[in-house]
Amino acid sequence: MTGFYTLFIKELLRFWKVAFQTVAAPVLTGLLYLLIFAHVLDAHVEPYPGVRYTAFLIPGLAMMSMLQNAFSNTSSSLIQSKITGNLVFILLPPLSYFEFFAAYVLAAVVRGLIVGVGVLSVTLWFAVPPIAHPLWILVFALLGCGVMAVLGLVAGIWAEKFDQLAAFQNFLIMPLTFLSGVFYSIHSLPAFWQSVSRFNPVFYMIDGFRYGFFGQGDVNPWFSLLVVSGFFLLLAGWAYGLIKSGYKIRH
Amino acid sequence: MSAIVFDRVVKRYGEFEALSGVSFAVEQGDFFALLGPNGAGKTTLISILGGLAQASSGSVTVMGHDVSADYRPARHAVGIVPQELVFDPFFTVRETLQFQSGYFGIKRNDDWIDEILANLGLTAKAHSNMRQLSGGMKRRVMVAQALVHRPPVIVLDEPTAGVDVELRQTLWAFIQKLNEAGHTIVLTTHYLEEAEALCNRIAMLKQGRLIALEDKATLMKRNKARSVFLRLKPARLPETLQHLLVAERDDGFELKLADPDALPGILLAVQACGLSIRDIDVSKPDLEDIFVETMRGAA
Ligand SMILES: Nc1ncnc2c1ncn2[C@@H]1O[C@H](COP(=O)(O)OP(=O)(O)O)[C@@H](O)[C@H]1O
Ligand SMILES: [Mg+2]
Repeated sequence: MTGFYTLFIKELLRFWKVAFQTVAAPVLTGLLYLLIFAHVLDAHVEPYPGVRYTAFLIPGLAMMSMLQNAFSNTSSSLIQSKITGNLVFILLPPLSYFEFFAAYVLAAVVRGLIVGVGVLSVTLWFAVPPIAHPLWILVFALLGCGVMAVLGLVAGIWAEKFDQLAAFQNFLIMPLTFLSGVFYSIHSLPAFWQSVSRFNPVFYMIDGFRYGFFGQGDVNPWFSLLVVSGFFLLLAGWAYGLIKSGYKIRH
Repeated sequence: MSAIVFDRVVKRYGEFEALSGVSFAVEQGDFFALLGPNGAGKTTLISILGGLAQASSGSVTVMGHDVSADYRPARHAVGIVPQELVFDPFFTVRETLQFQSGYFGIKRNDDWIDEILANLGLTAKAHSNMRQLSGGMKRRVMVAQALVHRPPVIVLDEPTAGVDVELRQTLWAFIQKLNEAGHTIVLTTHYLEEAEALCNRIAMLKQGRLIALEDKATLMKRNKARSVFLRLKPARLPETLQHLLVAERDDGFELKLADPDALPGILLAVQACGLSIRDIDVSKPDLEDIFVETMRGAA
């Protein structure tokens, strides 16, 4: 337990000591997206009846920032430790596979949540979305960050160089998050793209999260919960297996 | 129970075999030197011991615990100082050691941390960030990190490569103290005089195979070769002794004898040529000579 707790705290401090890059920068990015998209679209688009576009956009932006930062935390921490070699200090002690897994994932979830709260608190000046079901908001925030943190763990274990990780981020994570309905309701898409979106797990994270605010979404939140938690368990099992086998970290 | 047992350890990287079935034991209380040229497989063997690498076949135990099946007690029992100089740039020296203690499940360790810092001459640097330390200081912190959990077995992989004399002396004084207190020590080094001065047992690896394993005393005693330095008047080496000549230095001749028993013959040859001896010095081989010879013999 002390081993897990220590690694968790270390991972928290690692991003907190450089919070300007790891927290402030993504919050600013979220704010810029809001300013630009809301300025262009607020008068023209009404995603749900009676809901302003700016209010609609805020939860999506918050979730997108949370997901990207949860992914970024595990993946960049691991690849940095691998490349500088100081991962040995974590590999030599008797930390169990689960402690290793849980400490990295939870610290990344915390970073995701802090960034999410940051994005919400700066964007709320422009529009205030209602809060219909706070519990759904919390559940999808935690699960969404969890999925991306685990995916970041897998990417960090797999990648041997920074550019491999960048490829993972640019060709998988970015498209999945941008094409998940952050900026639009998928009901506004042609039928073909609507069905494509339904294969994107990030779509369910955003839709469920948004349901918590507006009490309406593109799909039933219980179904989203099933998809996202199923995805989490699948990825977690995979990541745990990689850690246990020593894949790419214990040669 | 032995402190460490390597049993037919094989390690392959693709086609290449870095370790080809290495077996030996390190007993509790040993000060053990693992010697061998670069690429012999010393670091690979230590990595398997610490779980940083996985053996292709064979097994390793530390204080009776298998390093893979029983990895948690095995890792508690050993402290390893890796060969590569690595550090976490985010933290100070004290934070680094507190975290390392925590990973080993130790909550409040500051008394022991203070003692390690003092013994390694790091007290003044406790609050410095790791980035600000010189290479030698970083190396000391790595040693400290391996000791936070008071491991019964301590393994140092070339801890003195490229570090100043002062650190070597501080480090070895501390390590000797730990050895006297009952800790088993394993070290690899290219400074053979260090191994000769400190260790009681010596293993030599070459190309992934164990080619020597002996008490230092036995190893040193068994070697009968002697080196004889002669300064003659006039300074001319008899023809019959030319084949023993190793080097000419300081106006004299250095000869290599396979056995001390060859000495009278040399003196007679000198006398027979009508030369007089101005100076003579006979010396035993040191570990370096034995090492070079063993490596050549195993070719
Ligand atoms: N990860 C690796 N992949 C491929 N070859 C390796 C790896 N690690 C070590 N080797 C090779 O194994 C051999 C033994 O290396 P090492 O154990 O570092 O030797 P030593 O520590 O005795 O100098 C070397 O030939 C080295 O190139
Ligand atoms: Mg080495």
